[in-house]
Amino acid sequence: MSNEFRLADRGRIDRDRPIRFRFDGGDYEGYQGDTLASALLANGIHQVATSIKHGRPRGIMAAGAEEPNALVQIERPFPEPMLTATTVELREGLQASGLPGRGQLSTGDDPARYDTMHAHCDVLVVGAGPAGLAAALSAARSGARVIVAEADTEFGGSLLGSGETLDRAPGTEWVRRATAELAACPEVRLLPRTTVFGHYDDNYLVALEHRGEQAHSRQRVWRMRAREVVLATGSHERPLVFAGNDRPGTMLAGSARTYLNRYAVRPGNRAVVFTTNDSAYAAAIDLADAGVEIAAIVDAREVVSTHWASLCIERGITIHADTAVVSTSGTDRVSSAHLCSLRSDGSRTPSVRQVVGCDLLLVSGGWNPAVHLHSQARGSLRFSEDIGAFVPEQDVRSVRSAGAAAGLFATSESLRSGAEAGRDAARAAGFDAEPGRLPRAEKAPVLASRSVWLLPSPADSDGSTRFVDLARDVTVADIRKATRAGMDSVEHVKRYTTLGTAHDQGKTSGTLSTGVIAEMLGRDVAELGTTTFRAPYTPVTFAALAGRDRGDLYDPVRVTAMHDWHVEHGAPFENVGQWKRPWYYPRPGEDMETAVLRECRAARESVGIQDVSTLGKIDVQGPDAAEFLDLVYTNMMSTLKVGRIRYGVMCTADGMVFDDGTVTRTDEQRYLISTTSGNAAGVLAHLEDWLQTEWPHLRVYLTSVTEQWATIALVGPDSRQVLSRVASGIEVGNDSFPFMSFRDGLVAGRRARVCRISFSGELAFEINVPWWYGREVWEALHEAGQPFGITPYGTETMHVLRAEKGFPIVGQDTDGTITPDDLGMSWAVSKKKTDFLGKRSFSRADTARTDRKQLVGLLPADENLVLPEGSQLVDTAELPEPPVPMLGHVTSSYRSAALDRGFALAVVKAGRDRIGETIYSPVGDRLAAVTITEPVFYDKEGARRDG
Amino acid sequence: MMLIPCPWCGPRNEIEFHYGGQADVHYPSDPRSTSDEDWAHFLFFRDNPKGVFTERWSHAAGCRRWFTVHRDTVTNEIHPDDSASAARTVTR
Repeated sequence: MSNEFRLADRGRIDRDRPIRFRFDGGDYEGYQGDTLASALLANGIHQVATSIKHGRPRGIMAAGAEEPNALVQIERPFPEPMLTATTVELREGLQASGLPGRGQLSTGDDPARYDTMHAHCDVLVVGAGPAGLAAALSAARSGARVIVAEADTEFGGSLLGSGETLDRAPGTEWVRRATAELAACPEVRLLPRTTVFGHYDDNYLVALEHRGEQAHSRQRVWRMRAREVVLATGSHERPLVFAGNDRPGTMLAGSARTYLNRYAVRPGNRAVVFTTNDSAYAAAIDLADAGVEIAAIVDAREVVSTHWASLCIERGITIHADTAVVSTSGTDRVSSAHLCSLRSDGSRTPSVRQVVGCDLLLVSGGWNPAVHLHSQARGSLRFSEDIGAFVPEQDVRSVRSAGAAAGLFATSESLRSGAEAGRDAARAAGFDAEPGRLPRAEKAPVLASRSVWLLPSPADSDGSTRFVDLARDVTVADIRKATRAGMDSVEHVKRYTTLGTAHDQGKTSGTLSTGVIAEMLGRDVAELGTTTFRAPYTPVTFAALAGRDRGDLYDPVRVTAMHDWHVEHGAPFENVGQWKRPWYYPRPGEDMETAVLRECRAARESVGIQDVSTLGKIDVQGPDAAEFLDLVYTNMMSTLKVGRIRYGVMCTADGMVFDDGTVTRTDEQRYLISTTSGNAAGVLAHLEDWLQTEWPHLRVYLTSVTEQWATIALVGPDSRQVLSRVASGIEVGNDSFPFMSFRDGLVAGRRARVCRISFSGELAFEINVPWWYGREVWEALHEAGQPFGITPYGTETMHVLRAEKGFPIVGQDTDGTITPDDLGMSWAVSKKKTDFLGKRSFSRADTARTDRKQLVGLLPADENLVLPEGSQLVDTAELPEPPVPMLGHVTSSYRSAALDRGFALAVVKAGRDRIGETIYSPVGDRLAAVTITEPVFYDKEGARRDG
Repeated sequence: MMLIPCPWCGPRNEIEFHYGGQADVHYPSDPRSTSDEDWAHFLFFRDNPKGVFTERWSHAAGCRRWFTVHRDTVTNEIHPDDSASAARTVTR
């Protein structure tokens, strides 16, 4: 029968809006306002899954995020694993199944959108129960900007499930009015269905909002900066540890009360209530009044509250004081509870005194304040003997805990502490706040609870069915094994047993396990403390964290002015930092190697064209620009004449090569420097750092102009002729336009700065035009080059050409441990300058060693072999026993069209002294012989650069 | 996510900044006459206190200025005076 356990009256479900859903293959009906768990219980289903390790049947234990058992896999609307049935909102067409621990991710693409929101506020209130609402009202009435985030679908917290009255009216009526007042405040933002899962430095809080399947975005992550925070996160009820405490039908007493009052669900027909405190009595009374037979209340305390005892007597409920439930019977549902007296009578071992039949076993071992966010905010905790739980010390600046989260469980106390926390928070944020009038709550005298950790266990002496962490199937026996193995802190036991490491992060088991461990070790609970609370409070999907930053939006992409041309001409792209650079331009039927060999031949024999716009470009201006560049380059830059260009090396202060590029002097007080494509931002930051913090007296101004100039390299013996066809106002002859100089003029009708720079050894020109005209000028050059068979080439050909000339690439042939001398570039290090970055380090003992790894060339004996980059180099043809001494490694390796063979650059210990020697490199399972050579393989005399 | 007081732009999220390590590590005035040991200390040796640390930050995604703050390495709290103009005095 459908909804057999649903009550006709009460509750916050909408009986006019039935919802059909499917669970484990069966079709059921629930109502709008249900969770999957409440709808299952209404249909008499307690068991949701089996446990992860032992496969024991497990039921719904709680009514919120603390649920350790009821894990489900959502199948529709979209596959999602590992959700707790207690937090899944029931919706039409939902299909789910119970999960024995692990679920399945969807293999399809997630069609939903996820998004990120950023917000600021004066006061962030986490939790909208009585304390949170009171806090929000105090703060909002002062005019402060307030955000209220509540994990639940509606506000009210404990008032939704307790049925309590405020000002003699239902507590939910006050909730409705308070929410309406807050909603009317223009500076207040209310976020239901939003779980604050992390607190980070300076009150940066991150929350997950579930917006539902129909919303524009399914989930949103809120990143909020709050001046002040009020934590009104409530508390979690603690189960008790006895044999068979995991049988379906075992439920936290407060949760049963919530199912009854909020969801109109009768969670069983005949209940035994086992408690250590007063709170479970309220559940028992509510259930009894709703027609559930309360077979017994078992109270671990010697003396019970007269207030509650009289209410029980009125209803004919038996109370067993100083007694415990020590074991249960039942197969897939609890069928009886076994009682045992806690009275100590000498040497007699405790035995079961009474067996009480039941289909519902309610437990309450006390309440743990939800201190997660307080602890994440580096707040400390104190063990309160009064409530037998860890409570927050109010010791975090700008973060206040209120209500049950602060260990104040009575509704009147929650309201008061919330209102005060809200007032104090608003005042701290600079507002004039008063707590205002609070509604009057019912008051019941509270008798102290008894902290009970390990109960006598006549039925299970080793503890293998006494579960402490149900989510991880960790038992008393497991913990004992850990403590006997010498683990004497909760952190150690956690790692030894996996206690508290499941989806729920030990919300119900945390304090309980500390208590059990303390009792086993004969130590103090307070002294043992808790494990560290870390974000996230509840699981968060990666899709939500990623938000829109996925696919094309994962990382910014930078493209050049000529990018579309490269795409149209079929180039695959290489990522260089965020830049997309054309890799090579295959013709139909060509593979990469064939294409690159063809491109290389064109650049060496006729003319090639490459887009080099991605090279970093920094404009350096100011009266002291020359002095500044002398300090940051190893070369002398102050002597460079206007109109001339010099190659330069930059080192960090430790003498290691940091970057290289060209320095163009465009005016007495103005230079344009180039950097490697991937390191442009790094170089600018490095220069700014020294300029601002060490040499602030220098009048120099740095501006990135990378994206102002599109740059085209025209390379090869025919490049001069191609340029001459489109350039005007530039004498292109070698005498009038020598190597390492620049000329301003027109190229294809556009103002251009043409530089004679070569990264290939060939006659070459770099044509800089405003970015806007990049494609236009590129196309004009490509057109002008047609009679010469002009060939566009990409980064791979550029790499081969420069490697044939022994030009290192910083970041590929260097790795931050290579000096200019290691590269054989002492010629680029000024001997005249008094100082520059790196100079002093060149004479450090380690830097001055003669057996440092030095850049050399390698020629494999097998001419067809292209050594894998990164290959190690060793001395002998047979590997000795490890450790094998390593000589260095291959940094660049290609097939050369000009040499018609494979070749490589490498760094080798004292390599320059070993030129001509044969060493070996492991390639696959053999050792390949390679000869060490000079790093320059092609045109050693440099005869080709002038054409 | 720390809220770092840029003395020029005001408080901004940590992700806008670039960390520069210990402040007041001055470039030796005459590197040539600095001993290997002193030079190595300048290059490689830094304090690592538990507590207040004087350190450099650069507002890399903002005004690009370097500045100095005093941060408690235990709590990440930055000394309130650091939002004032005093922090504009930049030292390496």
